Order: sequence, then structure tokens, then C-alpha cells
Amino acid sequence: MPGLGASFGRGGATTAPSDLLNSDAILIMGSNMAENHPVAFQWVVEARERGAQVIHVDPRFSRTSAMASIWAPLRAGSDIIFLGALIHYVLETGKDFREYVEHYTNAASILPEDFKDTEELDGLFSGWDAEKKKYDDSTWSYQRAGQEGGHSDGKAGGQTSEQQGQGKESGKKPKDLIHGERDDTLRHPRCVYQILKKHFTRYTPELVERSCGIPREHFLTIAEAFCSASGPEKTGAICYALGWTQQSKGPQIIRAAAILQLLLGNIGRPGGGILALRGHASIQGSTDIPTLYDILPGYLPMPKLGEDSHDLSGYIEKHRDKTGWWWNFDKYIVSLLKAYYGGAATEKNSWGFDWLPRVTGDHSHQGYFLEMMDGKLDGLFVMGQNPAVAGPNSRVERKALAKLKWLVVRDLVEIETAAFWYDSPEVDRGELRTEEIATEVFLLPAAGYAEKDGCFTNTQRLLQWHQKAVDPPGDARSETWFMFHLGRRLKEKAKRDPRPRNAGLNALTWDYPVDWKLREPKVEEILQEINGYKLPDRQSADSQSSGRQLLSGFGELKADGSTACGCWIYSGVYPRAGENRANQRNSRDLWGHGWGFSWPSDRRILYNRASARPDGNPWSEEKKLVWWDLQTKEWTGLDVPDFTKTKAPNYQPPQDARGDDALAGDRPFILHPDGVGWILAPTGLSDGPLPTHYESLESPVSNPLYPRQQCNPMVRREERTDNQYARSPDEKFPYVMSTYRLTEHHTSGAMSRTLPHLAELQPEFFAEISPELAAERGIENGGWMTIMTPRGIVEARALVTARMRPLLINEKTVHQVGVPYHWGYRGLVKGDSANDLVAISEEPNVRIMEAKGMLCNVSAGRRAQGAAALEQLRAHLRSW
Amino acid sequence: MLKDTLNRWPLVRQILSGADGTGVEAMSERTRNLRPRHEGAEVARSVCPYCAVGCGQLIYHRGGKLVSIEGDPDSFISRGRLCPKGADSFELLTHAKRETRVKYRRPHSALWEELDLETAMDMIADRVWEARERSFVEEEGGEVVMHTKTIAHLGGATLDNEENYLIKKLFAAGIGMVCISNQARI
Amino acid sequence: MAISAFLTDPSICIGCKACEVACKEWNQLPDDGFEWSGQSYDNTRALGASTWRHVLFLEQPQPLGAQITGTPEPFRWQFLSDVCKHCANAGCLEACPTGAILRTEFGSVFVQPDVCNGCGYCIVSCPFGVIDRNEQEGLAFKCTFCYDRQVAGLIPACAKACPTQSIQFGEISELRERAGARVQLLQERGYADARVYDPRETSVGGIHALFVILGRPEDYNFPPAPEIPTVHLKTAWTYALASAAVLLLTVFGAFFL
Repeated sequence: MPGLGASFGRGGATTAPSDLLNSDAILIMGSNMAENHPVAFQWVVEARERGAQVIHVDPRFSRTSAMASIWAPLRAGSDIIFLGALIHYVLETGKDFREYVEHYTNAASILPEDFKDTEELDGLFSGWDAEKKKYDDSTWSYQRAGQEGGHSDGKAGGQTSEQQGQGKESGKKPKDLIHGERDDTLRHPRCVYQILKKHFTRYTPELVERSCGIPREHFLTIAEAFCSASGPEKTGAICYALGWTQQSKGPQIIRAAAILQLLLGNIGRPGGGILALRGHASIQGSTDIPTLYDILPGYLPMPKLGEDSHDLSGYIEKHRDKTGWWWNFDKYIVSLLKAYYGGAATEKNSWGFDWLPRVTGDHSHQGYFLEMMDGKLDGLFVMGQNPAVAGPNSRVERKALAKLKWLVVRDLVEIETAAFWYDSPEVDRGELRTEEIATEVFLLPAAGYAEKDGCFTNTQRLLQWHQKAVDPPGDARSETWFMFHLGRRLKEKAKRDPRPRNAGLNALTWDYPVDWKLREPKVEEILQEINGYKLPDRQSADSQSSGRQLLSGFGELKADGSTACGCWIYSGVYPRAGENRANQRNSRDLWGHGWGFSWPSDRRILYNRASARPDGNPWSEEKKLVWWDLQTKEWTGLDVPDFTKTKAPNYQPPQDARGDDALAGDRPFILHPDGVGWILAPTGLSDGPLPTHYESLESPVSNPLYPRQQCNPMVRREERTDNQYARSPDEKFPYVMSTYRLTEHHTSGAMSRTLPHLAELQPEFFAEISPELAAERGIENGGWMTIMTPRGIVEARALVTARMRPLLINEKTVHQVGVPYHWGYRGLVKGDSANDLVAISEEPNVRIMEAKGMLCNVSAGRRAQGAAALEQLRAHLRSW
Repeated sequence: MLKDTLNRWPLVRQILSGADGTGVEAMSERTRNLRPRHEGAEVARSVCPYCAVGCGQLIYHRGGKLVSIEGDPDSFISRGRLCPKGADSFELLTHAKRETRVKYRRPHSALWEELDLETAMDMIADRVWEARERSFVEEEGGEVVMHTKTIAHLGGATLDNEENYLIKKLFAAGIGMVCISNQARI
Repeated sequence: MAISAFLTDPSICIGCKACEVACKEWNQLPDDGFEWSGQSYDNTRALGASTWRHVLFLEQPQPLGAQITGTPEPFRWQFLSDVCKHCANAGCLEACPTGAILRTEFGSVFVQPDVCNGCGYCIVSCPFGVIDRNEQEGLAFKCTFCYDRQVAGLIPACAKACPTQSIQFGEISELRERAGARVQLLQERGYADARVYDPRETSVGGIHALFVILGRPEDYNFPPAPEIPTVHLKTAWTYALASAAVLLLTVFGAFFL
């Protein structure tokens, strides 16, 4: 989550659902929380009952809106205008929490003269390279001391970057951000505060009315309701989900929310924060310990071929910040390499750094599926995902599967992805012929969660252990089992093969003890490796006999090869033999201390140093969380301090201090090299230091702010004949469409459409439209409708409802169409897949597709059946 | 003995108790013996597998079989409550359509075949090895590359941390795969 | 034994249907078929032999308390989880000729499937249309108030699962008090049309599944004044008995006078 990472330092929710009980206002946007996180929503309902204002801004009146104090419909894709207008409102009315802003954000930092804002460059920031289509971000940095009126120091670290990732750094040399010029009065014309003010000048309530479709007065009601939740006595929280992230500018929307929360002083405090509501049981865990191409566990970047990958010291030099927490980067990477390669990793071979594969391009889901479509892949493992239904442009994804030599699917049921070769729309339509498909398919039954030990990391960064209850049925096995036994076989093949390619595989530590019955590895041993342990030195060989000497936390990690740690941010989850903290079940308070383990170091509210005044006292009795205890000379309080425990509030770092020692006692954002929250992000995002409104890839309107820059300049459209786009606007595709989930189903339906008790609750694919649009297109409630985009054609039942409202955008009516995406061609209840309509596109930072705010056409009645459906789509496109 | 037998007859009990035959005296033996079916079962503490809220669950099981799944009232996250999906977890694990044997489809075939699990594992390992051998790049222009781009992985957000750890460790650090991805893009 | 009851409060119901599923899971009920209704998000449509909790979805052109929607016309979306009312005077129970339906020690109305013969008299006698015959077995089924849980001191599955505690379970007099207080609070907060649904003035004599509702009972398919059919039947019986007594007296009189 680079939007949060670039703003605060860590890519995780700053707060937890139960803490919403402390909120005075809750803004839910880009999320249908009641629908998709019903049990977490209990805290919102309870907060509302206690008097909190609950505000829901969303294109549809959903189950969340039904429970909100205020609802406002907005045009999908216009979120940055709305949030920018809130920022504008705060700055115009002087509602920012000034003491917080001065001390805890980079509002006072001064940018060099050659920094240019989008307001000056028609929608681009300075540093744009039109040819390479990327930014050189050197001007986004702070002006170095003694450089008044000068220019940025090109050598300070600015570099173009094609691939920004989810890692700690994005492939750039760290910038010196601690010795920058500041103006604590916030008046300097080039200080971040003033730049911000200018940047959002045109984001007015009038613009919101014209472009989002929310009347001016209604917007002001919301602005007042949310922005009053600020100051020493009050706090407000923002909750978001995929309504923001599945856009061609998702991380920048999150950035806008982060800026707003920093201005209101709402980060690190009870009832404040930004809650990323994530959609799968361990989706946070699967980025922390990533099954992703561009990062290693703990957000360490994968080495990229080139500057990153010459040698370990160069890689460390590049990613290590001299000041702030990332000074410890070397300890984390070396300890990870020791966990991976054990005794074979030595100082001489750079701890096995050269055994790590190098990233040479876009190896993300969409990136490699396009390569698969072009026949460049041999094999694919699919474990708990269903791209045939859930992948963007799923028609392309299904056809790509037929180009594989082999496919291994592991799931509880025979999902659409496993059955594409005999039971799919493409087979029905004659696009694929079973006998012509050469793909070998293995469907392996997977164990369910109650049939294995292990832990999930939930939306609030909490690791929770789930105990095995029973054995899996038949040949069903866990992924732990599968990976372990596959690894054993592969290591066996490599054993007597000395070629360099096998050095890492031969070195890989893989000696997990197994149980006698299923030969399942002992999962707690893996968690211990993730936690970290001391490596036995020769002198104390006896430490081996008493088991591993586990580490109490990442503070013990070393860069000299004496420690191993599979994921530094999880260190402390298993501090001693027999003490699995993910399995703790004695909750003591609202934040759940005593229950599970919250990374890092069981801190429940991140950046909680900011819950105290600069002098270390709580902002107020009502909103106290951690504070400086004058007696014990320590940070203490209701949460584990997210701060060096003994660093006094008035601590001033000596000149040339390194790491955390270089940050003063009033700098709560300890992962940032300057220790403050970033209103302007000097680094971390590839598409700009400030969020700027760009229209969606397909839009019914032109960009009202930057006519010359319609879309995010760095987005990848991947336009090709099987992945076409509508124009903006486009009379053939006049309606704005978004996909989403329902309470009754789960993503592609593999865990819901197969279950009678869920399938009956939402048994058919439907789409939601307003009575006005229904009348315009002759569609009847309960009848059929056909939906088309340039990518695909589907039929759905029509749910005509006043919960969908036409919006007035630039004095023209804009209709929105809501399309849940749970259906596929297998299961108890079937239907067309909404993802057939979605384009493969890549947001530049995280490479996600845009599933909110695309253009479509709707018509009454069913689509043509079989191959004729494609003809119907082609005919519509021909007349285009 | 006779008394017991007679007592089991609701009408007799009704006459003896002087009630009107619509109260507890009308209970059949089955009704009188009703107890919660998870009574006395073993309990595993668990976490809901659907969304990312992480609601606490209690998994009741007896003799190696699941009995029922309910919310864990002690969880500070969920306070014992569940949504419809979480409430349906027992069905998720026990419904009739779950796969329990390996299914194998040969190239160009129109049929699934059954395959022994160990055989399938051997075959998969062979496929991986063969693809890796064919595509592995050790270096390029004197630079270490150490990767294969022709094998890909998808999935992870529904899996355990330990499982994701082994996937990344073996696939990336072990055999040099770079095409590794999951639902968590942001 | 205390009389137990439900209090269902749609003002905090999020329409998630956890109650429907938790009920089906605990009671091992089959699905109702996979048919889409086109009526908002309601596809199970009504209480029946295999749906013992049912969430109603109401889209209404009315305001919801002080909620601001910014729309030209008022609009609200309400959810209400319906259930067997476990009437104080239960039509089904009184109509049952086999003794299959009884009142438990918790005050709930319980159908014994092992005694029921499927005659169906109860179905026509329920003023709320709750009890229903299951097609396969031909027997009558409805909410058991989780009798098998209550005997062990556990609360019903629906109330336990409900994420927002829109379904509360407890002792009836306490819940009646709570319902009254809730209505008062809601009215203070601008929900002018809040009221308790608990018909105590009719022959039903009050229900053990109370509801806080907004607006008219009819909107939720609740009869405003439910009556048990046996009321009329009873009157008839009384009349018949009186006639018989008169007849008897006449006969006696004829003998002795």
C-alpha cells in the first residue's frame, strides 16, 4: 500500500476497526463497509449510536449508506476532486490542527525553485520525461540548507523510475531529507503548506458540484461534519477499500486522504487514522510476506537488474536511509538471506545475495498474463485465486490459460480456472476447442482453514493463529504440505548439479520437521523462522540441543550473519519457545492487547507518538493513548509506543547522527528519514508528490482541471485488439460502470456460489440501474439487460432502484451502472462474469486494474447466445 | 417400569400434572432429550477465512469430524458475531462439492482422470524442473540474473503467512521464479 | 423459568442476513431454491419451512430520522429480520390436534417433528403466516427459538451471529422495557415514526419476538391487529357448550319434574 507507505512510512492500516468507537466522525469512501466488512461495521454502528457522524460518499446508496448519518453520491472516478475540495476547505477555513501540522508533518519543508506543480505545467509535475513517459523526481525533494533560491541538487538522489513498487524504496537512491530548509511559520511561498494551498486552489465546492455531482451545499454539510472532528479533543477516521484502490490512480486517492488526516491531526490518535479495509483473510499478510514479484518479506525490494543488483553493498547503499528506521535495512536483508540460505550464506558470498532472482520487467499478474496470452509461459500455479472469473478482462485470461503447457490449480472445489478447457464461455462460443487445447491440468484438492495450523494477518495488521481441528478430507492438503514436498523433490533434482543456478536451491534451508500422519511440516517451526533466531556460533554448539534461540524482536537483528529472520516486521511474534503470540487469546482492552500479535512489536495504533503533544503530554484526557512519563523517563500509556521507549520528547539529535538517533523526540513517523508525515511525498510514488485529479481511463467527461492531461500520465493501458478502450466521452458507451462485491458472496464465488446457504441469497447475476436509466433504455425491473464494453458482453438481471441516482455533471445527466462480479460458469448459481467487461490496465505504482468508473452501454433483453454474442459485440463496435 | 412407560405418553403426563396438554408435559422423548449438538465437543480456536476483518471462530469437532462453527465471544474484533459468510463456514468445509482427490487432464483430452497424489507431485516437480531448465537465465552481459520467467504463480491472500513464506522462499529464492503475484496489489 | 424473547431493531440492522444463515447452519435447514426475486436484495422472500429468519428489504420514499441523503425526494432503505413471533396465545398451538406443538419452559412455541402428522391445521391458524409445511417430509416447521441451545443456556444462533446486535435475546419484560426506551430515544433523535410492534391488545396477547419499527406494521407484512382464529372457534365452543347445558337441563327437568 504505497499510498499509506509514502504518507506515513508503512504500508498498512494505521488503526483498527474497534478503535472507530473512539471516533467523532467516520468518513467511509471507496468502501461499502457494512456490505463487505459487516462485523467490523458493528463498531461504526456503535460509534454512530454514541453520537459520531458517519458519512458515506459512494456512487450507490448501499447497505452502508442506509446506516450513515449523511450519504452523498459521487461520480465514480472523481474521488480526488472531492478529497481535494475537503483539503481546500480545511486550508481556506483555517481548520487545520496547526500545532500537529507544524511538528508532525513536512508542511514547513521548503522545496527548490525548480519544483513545478501541476497547476503550472497543465497537469504534470516537474521532471516529466515525455519520451520515456516517466518522472525524474529530483525536484520533488526538500531544498538543502544554505541553498536559498537555489536549485535542487541533482545528485541528491532523484532518478527516473519505471517501476515503483510496494517496497520500502522504489528503486532510487535515498534522498537526504533531514537537512532540508524549513519555515516553521508556514509562510514561505515554496514551503509544502503553501504549495499544497496553491495546488488545491481550484478544488472548490463548485467544482465538486460540477464534476462529482454533489451539490455545493451538500458538500459543505459533509465538509463541516468531518473536518470538525479535529483538534485536541476530537478525532475522525477514514475507511476505504477497493473503491479507491481499483482505479488508475488508487494510491494517489489514498494520499489525498492521508493529507487530509495529517492536516486534521488525525493520525496516531485514538479514533483517528486511516483504515484500509482489505478483502481477503490474509491479504495484508500476503504483502507483508509477499507472494508478489517486486518485494521480499518485510517490504524489502526485490533486486532489480541493473544498479540494484551488482552487489549486496550497492543494493544496501541504494535502499538504506541514513536517517530514520530504514538505517537498519542491512540487518533485515542479511537476516532474511540467512533465513533463506542458512549456513551456506556467508559474508564471502554476500550471504547468498546473488542467488536471488533479478526482476527485469513487469512480472505482475496482468503483466505475465499478457505474456501468457502471447504464448511465452510454460506453467502456472494457482493457489486460492480464480483468474477465469476474477481477473480483469477475464475473457483474455481464460484464453491465455489455453496457451500454457501445464496448469496446477489448488482449491477446495473445481473452480472455473481449472475447468476452462471443457466448460467455459469460450468453449461454448467455439473460440476454444477442447481437443485443440494442449494444456495439462492438475487440480489438487486443498485443505480448508480448519484443517491446518497457521496464521492470517488481518486488515489491522493483526496476526491471528488458527488451530487445526480435523484432518483434511482424502488427498486434500495444505499449501504448506504442497510447497514442502514439491521443494523436497526439486532439491533432490538439484542435489548433484553444481551449476550456479542450483546453488541457491541447494543452500535453501528446507529441513522442517513433519508430523507422522500426513507428513505435514510443523507450521510453528515456520513461524519461528519468520520471527527470527540466533544462529549458533561454534563456541556454543549446545544451544542447538535446546532448540533454536528465538529473537524477542527486530531490535536484536544483526547484519553480521549471526541472526536469521524471515520477515523483520513480524519479529517478536514468537519470542520464546512455547510462546506463539499469534495464538494469544486474552484480550484486555478495546485494542485487543493480549489477543494476537500486531506488527510491528504489538503496536496497535501506528505512529502513536502523535497522540501526545510535542512536549510528551496527551493532547487531551479524552484522546490520550501514549505519553512521556516524567518519573520513569519512558514512553508509556495504553498502547505499545511506536517510538523509541527512552527517547525524550525534547531530544535533539547530534549533527551527523544516523538512523533513529537522527530523529528528534517530536518526530512520530519514524520510518521516514525526516520522521514526519508527508503532506508532500518527496519519494515513494512514481506519478507525483501530490495527488492530482485525472479522469479514469474511460470517462464521460474531459478532465475539468487539466484539459491537456486527461488521465494519469504514467498509467499503462495495455491497449491491444483484445483489450480495447472506449473514447472519453463515447456515445456508444455513455454510462459509467463499476464492479463490486455483495455481502452474500465472496469474490469469484468459489467460497460462496458452491454453498447452498449463500447461493440462495443472491442466486443470479444482476446489475443495478436507476429508474431514469431504465426508462431511457426500456429496461424493466426483474427483466434482463445486456451490458457491453469494448472488451466484452454480458447479460444480467435488471434491478431497477432509486438507490441508483443519475447525477448532473457539467449540467448533463450522467447515469451509473452497478455490477457485482461474483458469478461464473460453475457452481450452484451461475451467470456471466462482470470481469469480462473490465480492461487490463496498470496503475503505475501497484499495477492494479481499473474496475471502478469505466464506460459501458446497456440495453434491454438478453445478449445473443453462444458465438452470436461475440457477433453482437462486434456489430456494436463496428458502428462505433 | 410401567409407570415410566406410561409417563412417556404425553396424555398420561398431562392428566397426572393436571395441565392442558400444550406445555412441557406434551414433550416427546426426543424433545425432552434435546441438547446442543456441539455439547461436549472439542473446540479449536480459529479465524474466519473470508474477508480481512479476522473474526474469531470456535470450531467444534468430535472424533475427527467437524460438528459446528460459531463466533468466538472472546474476540475483541468480532465479539462472537459473524456475517453470513462467516456463519456459513461449516458448510464451506463440509459441502458435497469439495474435491478430495487429484484430478488430471491430459493434453487435448476431454476428460478428467484420477491421479494418485504422490504421482501428481512427481509429475509437477518434473514439469517445473523441465521448464526451469529450458528457460533459466543465469546471467546477462556479465550481470547476475538467476531467474526463470516461464513459470508463474498466482494466489496468496487466502493463504496462511507460513504458506506464503514457503511459496516465496522456494519459488523465488530457491528456483528463481519472478512471476509471482496475488490478489493483494495495493 | 424466565420467559425468553427476541427484540429485533431494524434501526441498527445492516441487512447482512447473517441471522438467516446462522439459523440454517445451526438447524441444518436446506436452501429454498435459487430463484432471483427482483425485489431489492431479498431472494428468500418470506418465512417458511426452511427459512426461519428472513430479512426484509424495504426501499421507501420516506426520511430516516435525521439522515441526510441530499436527494430531492426523501429516501430510505430499511432491513428487518422477521421471525416466528412465539405468540402468548399461539394460533398454531391451539389448532394442533396431535399435541405436536407445545409451549416450552422458556415460553416459546415449539413444533415436535416426531409427533407432527402434517395435518396443516396450524398453518392456516397462524395470524402471521409463519409456520409452513416442508414439501419433502410433509411436516410443519418453523423457528424453534433454538430450544436445543436454550436448554443448555446458549442463546439462539441468529442472535449470537448478528453483527450489530440488531437481534437481541433476553427475558421478555426486560426486552419490553428496552424496546420502549429505544423507541423513545429514536423519537428524540428525529425518528418520529418509531414504535414498538407487540400486539398485546388482541387475542394474540403479545408476542415473544418484539420489533422496533418505523412506520406502519403493514409495511413489514405485520398485521396491525393479529387475531388467533380459535378465538372465533372458542366462542363457537362456548355457545355449543351452553346450548348443550340448556339441553341437558331440559332433559333432566323432563325426567324429574
